[in-house]
Amino acid sequence: MEWLNALVQGTLLGGLYALFAAGLSLIFGVMRLVNIAHGDLIVLAAYLGLTVTSAIGLHPVVAMVLVVPAMAMIGYALQRGLLNQTLGDDLLPPLLVTFGLSVILQNGLLEVYSADPQKLSAPVLETASLPLGPITVGVLPVLTFAIAVAVIWGLQWTFYKTALGRAFRAVSDNQDIAQLMGLNKRHIFGLAMALALAVTAVAGILLGLRTSFDPASGGGRLIFGFEAVIIGGLGNLWGTLAGGVILGVAQTIGAKIDPGWQVLSGHIAFLVILAIRPQGLFPRMSG
Amino acid sequence: MPEPILQMTGLNAHYGDFQALYGVDMHVGGGEVLAIIGANGAGKTTLMRSITGLITNGPGQIQFKGRDIGGLRGDQVAETGLAMVPEGRQLFASLTVEENLLIGAQTGRKGPWSLGAVFKLFPILKERRAVPSTALSGGQQQMVAIGRALMSNPELILFDEISLGLAPIIIKDIYDALPGIIGDGMSAIIVEQDISKALSVSSRVYCLQEGRVSLEGASDTVPREDISRAYFGIE
Ligand SMILES: Nc1ncnc2c1ncn2[C@@H]1O[C@H](COP(=O)(O)OP(=O)(O)OP(=O)(O)O)[C@@H](O)[C@H]1O
Ligand SMILES: [Mg+2]
Repeated sequence: MEWLNALVQGTLLGGLYALFAAGLSLIFGVMRLVNIAHGDLIVLAAYLGLTVTSAIGLHPVVAMVLVVPAMAMIGYALQRGLLNQTLGDDLLPPLLVTFGLSVILQNGLLEVYSADPQKLSAPVLETASLPLGPITVGVLPVLTFAIAVAVIWGLQWTFYKTALGRAFRAVSDNQDIAQLMGLNKRHIFGLAMALALAVTAVAGILLGLRTSFDPASGGGRLIFGFEAVIIGGLGNLWGTLAGGVILGVAQTIGAKIDPGWQVLSGHIAFLVILAIRPQGLFPRMSG
Repeated sequence: MPEPILQMTGLNAHYGDFQALYGVDMHVGGGEVLAIIGANGAGKTTLMRSITGLITNGPGQIQFKGRDIGGLRGDQVAETGLAMVPEGRQLFASLTVEENLLIGAQTGRKGPWSLGAVFKLFPILKERRAVPSTALSGGQQQMVAIGRALMSNPELILFDEISLGLAPIIIKDIYDALPGIIGDGMSAIIVEQDISKALSVSSRVYCLQEGRVSLEGASDTVPREDISRAYFGIE
């Protein structure tokens, strides 16, 4: 029973990791950009959630209504103002610039919010639980997982069923020819980053509800997101969800064996999968 | 001679330090079909990329409908009514046939071309609308590339080596379809290695040699030996 519990808790945790990963996967897919600052942007969203909840007194989940569009706007501005200039045949400049951005974000957050760990509070939601057969699950993890599934479904739908998604795929396939079709790639990239950071905003708030965070929390989130993307296979969003779940389950099972092993066992699962299937479990497929 | 729709004046193009076009002067009349011939590496594709804004050029070097487009980005040029069927087709691999066509309509320009009109021109594409563009034969892919360019209802359409890598029978089909495409007042530039094909569909011809115009003439009267000389640079 305890193992079943670990499995279920790990699966639900995987939803959060999939949310960390989805934005990373999306921007890599559209513009081959590896965003080292992704984790710090998740933490930024959590802090924005904190500001909104403490300033206006909104419930953290409701605060998403403000934080999601705010992060989307930050994403668009960041892409048009900074990251577009780094994109080219060379993969190194965007890596260096987003690494620099990561440092700037961490120090900025430290300056504004101090190093004290913070948490978003939602008293009822945090403690509520549901009986699920022989085990009990928290409402928050279930909600997180449901949101993750909805977000991935929404992204998938956007990618394959809308004109915007068509533009994303076209620009990803061939930037020059996409330009000939009247698509301004700089704008399309801006929209992709806006969408990615909108997802990041959701991830950041759910993170802040689940655990405490501080300005240095971003690095760990980046790694988990990155691992989930690679496990699932690049360019496959449902695969990313599966990757998140595998990572989450590996962590809770590891923690079950020895609490100190939680993070380590996730990394081991990642390395094992990478060794057996370097292309990930579900490499790119469409529809 | 009607007003030229496209005018190039002293056009230079560079790839980094390498200069690929040297002071090219050329024009296309409204409704005219122009052929451009030249050996491998003469600069034909570079010229197409310059016109469509994939390579930026100096001010005043390219005028389209009287407007300087030399400094515009590719997407801005597309919106002015210029479209290209690129060398090697270059379809979007992760898009279906229909999606490839729809993305051609992204500029939102109005005109006779629509999904229905393209399907009428190439009925096979209607049948195969839902398959990935990579699943098509070379000839069918070329039809998609042509349809995609038409979907923007261009006033000037550029064809860069449409027969490259295709079977002769397919090439014939595509050339047979050309009059129906260029018919209604559209202007066209056809880049072609096959000189007789190029001359048969065009009213005027330019030959490029090592980045320079080496010959200009009327397609039906230009002497063959002049063409050989301009093409190969043999004196
Ligand atoms: N991306 C590039 N970078 C550097 N040089 C290039 C590039 N593309 C083309 N060139 C050079 O520019 C010159 C003109 O090339 P271009 O492709 O325009 O020729 P072309 O007439 O279209 O030839 P082909 O008949 O083979 O298509 C060639 O010398 C070629 O090597
Ligand atoms: Mg060429």
